[in-house]
Amino acid sequence: MTDLTRLSAADLAGRLATGEVSSVEATQAHLDRIAAVEPAVHAFLHVNGEDALATARDVDARRAAGEDLHVLAGVPIAVKDIVVTRGMPTTAGSRILEGWVPPYDATITTRLREAGLPILGKTNMDEFAMGSSTEHSAYGNTHNPWDLDRIPGGSGGGSAAAVAAYEAPLAIGTDTGGSIRQPGAVTGTVGVKPTYGGVSRYGLIALASSLDQAGPVTRTVLDSALLHELIGGHDPRDSTSIPEPLPALVDAARRGATGDLSGVRVGVVTELGGEGYQAGVRARFEESLELLRGAGAEIVEVSCPHFTYALGAYYLILPSEASSNLAKFDGMRFGLRVEPTEGPVTAERVMGATRGAGFGDEVKRRIILGTYALSAGYYDAYYGSAQKVRTLIQRDFAAAFERADVLVSPTAPTTAFRLGEKLDDPLAMYLNDVATIPANLAGVPGMSVPNGLSDDGLPVGLQILAPAKADDRLYRVGAALESLLENTWGAPLLSRAPELEVVT
Amino acid sequence: MSTVSTTAVELVDYDEAIDRFDPVIGIEVHVELGTRTKMFDPAPQTFGAEPNTAVSPVSLGLPGALPVVNGTAVEYAIRIGLALNCQIAERCRFARKNYFYPDVPKNFQTSQYDEPIAFEGYLDVELEDGTVFRVEIERAHMEEDAGKNTHVGGSTGRIHGAEYSLVDYNRAGIPLVEIVTKPITGAGARAPEVARAYVQALRDIFRTLGVSEARMERGNVRADVNLSLRPTPESPLGTRTETKNVNSFRSVERAVRYEVSRQAAILAAGGTVVQETRHWHEDTGVTTPGRVKSDAEDYRYFPEPDLVPVAPSREWVEKIRASLPELPGARRRRLTDEWGYAEPEMRDVLNAGALDLIEATVAAGASPAAARKWWMGELARTAKQREVELAELPVTPAQVGELQALVDSGRINDKLARQVLDGVLAGEGSPEEVLVARGLGVVSDDGALLAAIDEVLAAQPDVADRIRGGRVQAVGAIVGGVMKATRGQADAGRVRELILSRLGVEG
Repeated sequence: MTDLTRLSAADLAGRLATGEVSSVEATQAHLDRIAAVEPAVHAFLHVNGEDALATARDVDARRAAGEDLHVLAGVPIAVKDIVVTRGMPTTAGSRILEGWVPPYDATITTRLREAGLPILGKTNMDEFAMGSSTEHSAYGNTHNPWDLDRIPGGSGGGSAAAVAAYEAPLAIGTDTGGSIRQPGAVTGTVGVKPTYGGVSRYGLIALASSLDQAGPVTRTVLDSALLHELIGGHDPRDSTSIPEPLPALVDAARRGATGDLSGVRVGVVTELGGEGYQAGVRARFEESLELLRGAGAEIVEVSCPHFTYALGAYYLILPSEASSNLAKFDGMRFGLRVEPTEGPVTAERVMGATRGAGFGDEVKRRIILGTYALSAGYYDAYYGSAQKVRTLIQRDFAAAFERADVLVSPTAPTTAFRLGEKLDDPLAMYLNDVATIPANLAGVPGMSVPNGLSDDGLPVGLQILAPAKADDRLYRVGAALESLLENTWGAPLLSRAPELEVVT
Repeated sequence: MSTVSTTAVELVDYDEAIDRFDPVIGIEVHVELGTRTKMFDPAPQTFGAEPNTAVSPVSLGLPGALPVVNGTAVEYAIRIGLALNCQIAERCRFARKNYFYPDVPKNFQTSQYDEPIAFEGYLDVELEDGTVFRVEIERAHMEEDAGKNTHVGGSTGRIHGAEYSLVDYNRAGIPLVEIVTKPITGAGARAPEVARAYVQALRDIFRTLGVSEARMERGNVRADVNLSLRPTPESPLGTRTETKNVNSFRSVERAVRYEVSRQAAILAAGGTVVQETRHWHEDTGVTTPGRVKSDAEDYRYFPEPDLVPVAPSREWVEKIRASLPELPGARRRRLTDEWGYAEPEMRDVLNAGALDLIEATVAAGASPAAARKWWMGELARTAKQREVELAELPVTPAQVGELQALVDSGRINDKLARQVLDGVLAGEGSPEEVLVARGLGVVSDDGALLAAIDEVLAAQPDVADRIRGGRVQAVGAIVGGVMKATRGQADAGRVRELILSRLGVEG
């Protein structure tokens, strides 16, 4: 019998549509897989078994009644714990939200529920999405299914690991500086950061409002397109949401899968490669460029000189916005509340004690950074300058997209590092996102596609970037590369991952 | 110099203070906009609802919630800006004002900082004696209200000494427009009156524009009054205090007077005024220190990244401008002209709250003079007797117009008209209905009058003889008799004519 957990979402959806498989069977298979591998992987903070099966039963009944269902109806999904889910705990990986059960749904959650996707549970992440390894979660590490001693990337390590470990065919991630794409790269999965404003942020616990964007985490490019079309599009509850329909993403993915890229100009960004990038990462990247060229793409070299300043600008803008966004966690209305052990119990002192106990070190570090950067007298030098860099980076992109239809680079400079390796060196940790951050600063869409294994046998990713609102280009080029690579390998990359030991 | 002492605070007599110092005021007025929903939030605006029921994830600041600007609130802000002769920004942004306080659910207030929707305007304020004083407006900006704290336990109702505090977020997120004046100089001794008249003029404008119910007692309009003194109008500005939440017209005037006297005492004694926020005490009429405002207070303003800029198109702004109603000042001037009232008459009408009523009465056909006579006379007395506002009397301007029409047509005289009005006020129906029901019409049928005259003449033949004999003045007794017989419903002049002709005497 087919192992339902190994199917792509598109494949599973097809079998659900024909009635060959029921959603209850598919959902139960994934819940079983979760039970079997979670002790090793720890991708989930909360498993939502009963509720997921109830949704599955409902979808099966509606399908039996001949109802017209969404193409992904009945396909189970995992959701990053930063997305608000009514009736299901939502912690954002933080102690300060321990036990908080939201009274409302994020727009993404609403769309998933309306389309009938059983929500398997909430996935682990760095606290408030601050990190590149998921080690900053208040609820323990997630382990990379390729090597359990290594990080799954971050902040969305839980979603990527869940998909890589066949615990879910689909997952939702969020990407503020690479938190979808970098975990995708280091776990051999596909991750897409849509154009800023392309997917509603309503109900995403905000890290940095001007950078945050939710998107799909999947094992295939087509699956990402299917999920992206479901969660994307205008939402009146998010004032930064783009009031236009999405481009045809699934069509673009299907077209790309033919492997023909004739007439497509692919720009290689000089500043996103070379020094600091692992040899195996560089080698796989060069090989893929050759494949793209072979498929008819024109490869051009482009320079984005201000990308050098992206990391610096990012680490001023992000902490500034975060320091304000995280002010609401004060023990007054929801979540953790800690009273000072001695002295008077005033609102101010309760706020202080709650925040002191509820936030982890990385969160405190960034709140302090941001508070400082926004202070009177420093604002212009820090936040103001960072915004200027942002404008320059947007101009670099605009110039580059004059010469190329898409830009490409390695997604991350290295493969997954060992747990604990960079925990005491924030700067080394921040450098993981050097190639992914520019897209967030400019609001353009990006995708990471599995790009083979480095010399250490661990997966690497190739990043594709497109102009704002041209997310379809990611899917065309991404699906083409995926198909070209899989032809070379003879099977998806993930099939080369070691089998996890299962608990029976 | 004479000083009076109030709870250890030295005060200089107001007139003496003004002799020695030049007051400069600045007023910040917050008005709650009467939109259906909140500023950034689909939660409804309600007054007096159960605490924390008019809320949504947005007004509670729950994780993940996002603001969306209320388009009606923007339109109202533009209306206010235009009414205050301001320029309207082509593009402006919201900003976050960061500070931790339990009534601010996000621990930042979404406001406008360096990019207000309206700026650089003025308002001409009319004082009680008709003097017009121009107040320069610096800006009018949009923001959201905070929740409401209730401090329980302790005697003062303030946070100090309270056992615990409750927060009601129903008010959190209600749209506000804050209107900030430039320093108001040159008012001299009249500074308190100017302050009051300005706030009152704003209140009238808010109502006329239909942007707020502007009910002071509900806190729809709240004023913060800044005041500083300087030795002469040429001196640089002195240190100011900001007296918060002065919420009635009278209090605005009193608070300014009080601060003038208090600061004058400090300065006259060689002291320095502390720059601080002060609380106004309605009951005792004094201000007391609140928190000290220092430069250390840093709100870490930055542009609100969750909101796109507000960019009202010029077409929209012009459309709003064209739709503005006539503003109170202009209307007052126009009606004074049209009605031919003297300035003091018009001020009495305004003070009595009779302007709208008279305008409607005139629209119903009465002459301006007659309309004023009714509302400022008989009806004003009745209202005073009943201790209600004129507008609360159970009579409509249309009915007053109808009443006057009955007088004008000669069907009733003034005396009867007052009786008809009594009937209307007693709920007996329209003037016509009362007139018919009470049988109060003037008897204009000569036949009926002659019959009554003949009866009276027959009853008093001696008087009739004297009249015939040329003593015309004796006719009064007969007229009186006829009026009595007709219960006053006859035209006395006509009765006199008829009696004389009946008796064949030249009148």
